[in-house]
Formats: sequence, C-alpha cells, structure tokens
Amino acid sequence: MYDIIVIGGGPAGLAAAVEAKKEGVDNILILERDRELGGILNQCIHNGFGLHTFKEQLTGPEYAGRYIDMAMDLKIPYKLNTMVLDMERKDDDTKVVHAINEEDGYMALEAKAVILTMGCRERTAGAIGIPGFRPAGVFTAGTAQRFINMEGYMTGKEVVILGSGDIGLIMARRMTLEGAHVKCVCEIMPYSNGLTRNIVQCLDDFNIPLKLSHTITFIHGKDRVEAVDVTQVDENLKPIPGTTETIPCDTLLLSVGLIPENEISRGAGVEIDRRTQGPSISELCETNLPGVFAAGNVVHVHDLVDFVSQEAALAGKGAARYVKGHLEEDINFTTVNGDGIGNVVPEKITVANLDDSVNCYMRVRKVSTDTVINCYIGDEKIATKKARKFVPAEMVNFKIKKSDLEKYHDGELKFVVEPKEA
Amino acid sequence: MKKEMVCISCPMGCHLTVEGEGDNWTVTGNSCKNGERYGIQEMTDPRRILPTTVVIKGAMISRLPVKTAQEIPKGKLFDAMDELSKVVVEAPVKVGDVVLKNVCDTGIDVIATKTMPAV
Repeated sequence: MYDIIVIGGGPAGLAAAVEAKKEGVDNILILERDRELGGILNQCIHNGFGLHTFKEQLTGPEYAGRYIDMAMDLKIPYKLNTMVLDMERKDDDTKVVHAINEEDGYMALEAKAVILTMGCRERTAGAIGIPGFRPAGVFTAGTAQRFINMEGYMTGKEVVILGSGDIGLIMARRMTLEGAHVKCVCEIMPYSNGLTRNIVQCLDDFNIPLKLSHTITFIHGKDRVEAVDVTQVDENLKPIPGTTETIPCDTLLLSVGLIPENEISRGAGVEIDRRTQGPSISELCETNLPGVFAAGNVVHVHDLVDFVSQEAALAGKGAARYVKGHLEEDINFTTVNGDGIGNVVPEKITVANLDDSVNCYMRVRKVSTDTVINCYIGDEKIATKKARKFVPAEMVNFKIKKSDLEKYHDGELKFVVEPKEA
Repeated sequence: MKKEMVCISCPMGCHLTVEGEGDNWTVTGNSCKNGERYGIQEMTDPRRILPTTVVIKGAMISRLPVKTAQEIPKGKLFDAMDELSKVVVEAPVKVGDVVLKNVCDTGIDVIATKTMPAV
C-alpha cells in the first residue's frame, strides 16, 4: 500500500509530491499518462513562467524541469505512459486507483491518500457549436501548439483565431514567427480574456488585429477550411445582421476556454463545485472524501503556473498530514461568491490547519475600476482587497489572516465587489 | 516625446507613461525597477526574448525548445527565426546548452530550454 498516489505528473502533481515528501512521507507514487513528466508545460515553450516562484522568467519546459529535478533529487517514484481508469474508496478508507500501462498491464494500486492533479482540457468546436462543416484545419489552440512545438508539424498558413485567451494569443505570435499569416483574433466578449502583456507582446508587436465583440458564425470548406464568417455581436452576444465579413483562411484555432478534467473525481464520488467545475476543496485542498485531495487546474483554471504550484504544495502538505493522522477535519467556515464574484476557492476552511493565513482565489465577473472586494462574515466586514483594476482574466488572490478568522468561531465568508469608499 | 504602454516584464501588466528624449527619460505608473527599465528600453531600443524550437535528432521527439539567452532587438526576431530554422542538434542536450552562438550578430546565444536524453 502506498501512502500517497498522485494522479497526473504535471506542475501540480510534481509540486504536491515534492511537498509531501518534504513533509516526511516516503511512499509516494506519481502516475502520468504521457511519455514524460511536466504535463502541458512541455509544449508551452514561451517565457513568462516562474516569476513568483523562482524570481526569474522561465519557459514552460524550464519551469517543469526545475520541479522534475526536485522530484528526482527526492527520488520520488513515478510511472509514465500510465492511464488511470478509475478510483474508489473502500469502507476501511483505503483508496484503490485502477490504472493500466504496457509494462504492468492492469493494476489496482492501494493508497492511504490520493492527490488529484489531472489538469484541464480545452473546449472544442463541438463545445461552442459553430455552424458549418467539419473540415480539416480546425484545431484547438493547444493541439496546434503541441503539433508545432513538439512534433514539428506546421498546422496552417492563413490563420484566424477565435478566442483571446492566453493560449490563443501565444499561438498567434508563435504561428506568425513560424511564417504563417494570422489574419485576426476574434473575441466574443467586449474585453480580452488574456493577460494584457500577451496582447502587447503577441498581437501588438506583430500588428495582428484583435476584434472584440466579434465571433465566428460559419465555417466554409468541406475537406479543408476555406474561410470563416466573422460577425459582430451585440451586448447580448447575439450576431448583428449585416456585419458579417468572410475571411479566407486555411486554419481556425480555437482558444475558447478550459474545463477541469474530472471524470475520475466524479466517478469516485468527489463533490464538484458547479461554478469552478472542479472539486470543492478545503484550505489544504481536501475534497469531500477524507484523504482525497485535489489541486491545480483540475480544481479551477489558473492563469499562472506559480499559483498552481503554490496550491499543489498545500495539497501535498494536507495529504502528508492526513497520512500521519494530523489533519484537522472540523470545518469552521465556508466561502461563497457574492455580487460580482464568479467563484471562490477554497470552498471550506478549517482554521486549525492554517499557519497564519489562507489564500482565497477568486474571479470577478466583469471588468471594473474604482472597486474593492470585501469579505464579510454575516454583516461584518473582516477584510478588503484593493487593486487598480479587477478583470475576469486575472485571478484574484485574497489573503485572509488566521487571526481575523479566529475572532469568529464559524460562519460563511462572503466575497462581494463593491465601490471603493471615498 | 510621451508614450503610454503596458509593461510586459511580468504578468502584473502595469500601465506606464514614458516621457523624455535622448538619454533623459522618466517612467511613471511602474511598480518596480523592471518597469522603469522596460519603459526606457522600449523607447530607445525595444527588445524581446525569442522562445522557439530547433530540429533535434536522436531524441524522443523531433523539436527541442530553445530561447535567446537575453533579449534581442525586436527588429531581428524574423532574421533570428531564419537562422534558427537551419540549426539541427543531436541528442543528448541539457537545459542551458548553447545551440547557436551570437544569433544574427547580436552577441547573444540561443540556449536549450529542455534536457533531452538520447534514445
């Protein structure tokens, strides 16, 4: 029996395993379905990772490499090319992870604790229902990224990108540098969903137009994409008749959102928060199932890998405490999204497990300036988060002090966007 | 001269105002020293790190991720891509290994960003 099995060897899984090992748990196993550790970072060859964690700008493979080195230095065992099929919890609280690979065949691996770090997947053309045919040349941005950066295949020459999330912006630059002509990036919302710095260095640097409040209303071409119809939308996101422009292209990239990948979690009975589409977790990333932890993009989609690593380290710490029988389970507080907030993670807090504070991560629903986020328990305001500007694309990290929570025994933390007081 | 820009030094994305001329520039709106450096650099000699890939033989996959060890002039990005398209390296490669010296006469090397063993 393992102490801890980590499902997924990307940035979250590596950080969780490293932290658990540092906390004194030795018998750990990482299961990774790909041919190498590092997860999606292996295809994110651009720089900008690690400013918080390492105080320098690393590329994705470099950031992953640092954590892989840490895991190797700590001699944490792992299995590659291993697909986890299912997880269950037995009556005596043992977890059984069912997995399969070419070498070992089918395995039923037992563990005291499991950390879920499967990451997320991209929404596809099917998920957003664009009318038209289903020709070759329609890719999710991440698929194109993998083809170009890892396999060495160029996916097209005349490109339109739908969605201004970070992957779409990064791919606009990447395809331009590789010789493609990126005609435009269309975004259905009136603002971009990517980081501002990516608009500057990926679009503005190469004069690629960003068409806000525009979407794709038809894909032309039967065998290969020949053109797309780009149409302006109104404030209700409905296409405005008469504003359609047909743009010839051979490739359409979709960067239209990410979904936490929770088939295994759901199958095991992990409670999913419908706002994040990921497991509801505690301050140390424990799900509703004792001894089952979750961290990273499988919980909620992050903008920065540094925060994934931070969150996953908490999961590693939580799992280590659980294995040693030191984890407190009495929940004192729950969190809830009030006006203007889309979701809050963690969903529940056990004060006794906190060191000196808890980081509450949240997303605002719309862009605002001259506002603050206030945290209330009942009618009492216990903390305020200030920023020059809140945008949905940038996750807010709202740190709440343990000492502020200790003044109340229990309750509900409600986060609300409110006007800045004069 | 006066220009407003967004700092790309880190994901904070500070809105900078850069004012001045010649060797005399003032930057406002930045939250750190990097912002000041970026603002002045952007007005006098804009530069970017270039992350891309080169062909690798004898490794598990066919492309090795690389980057310029420092920022290179923005105007040389496409010339550097041309030069790098001719580079072929053999596995094994370690992160930080130089794959191309002095790209486009910038005095800046291009280095591997991933360790790739020979298979």
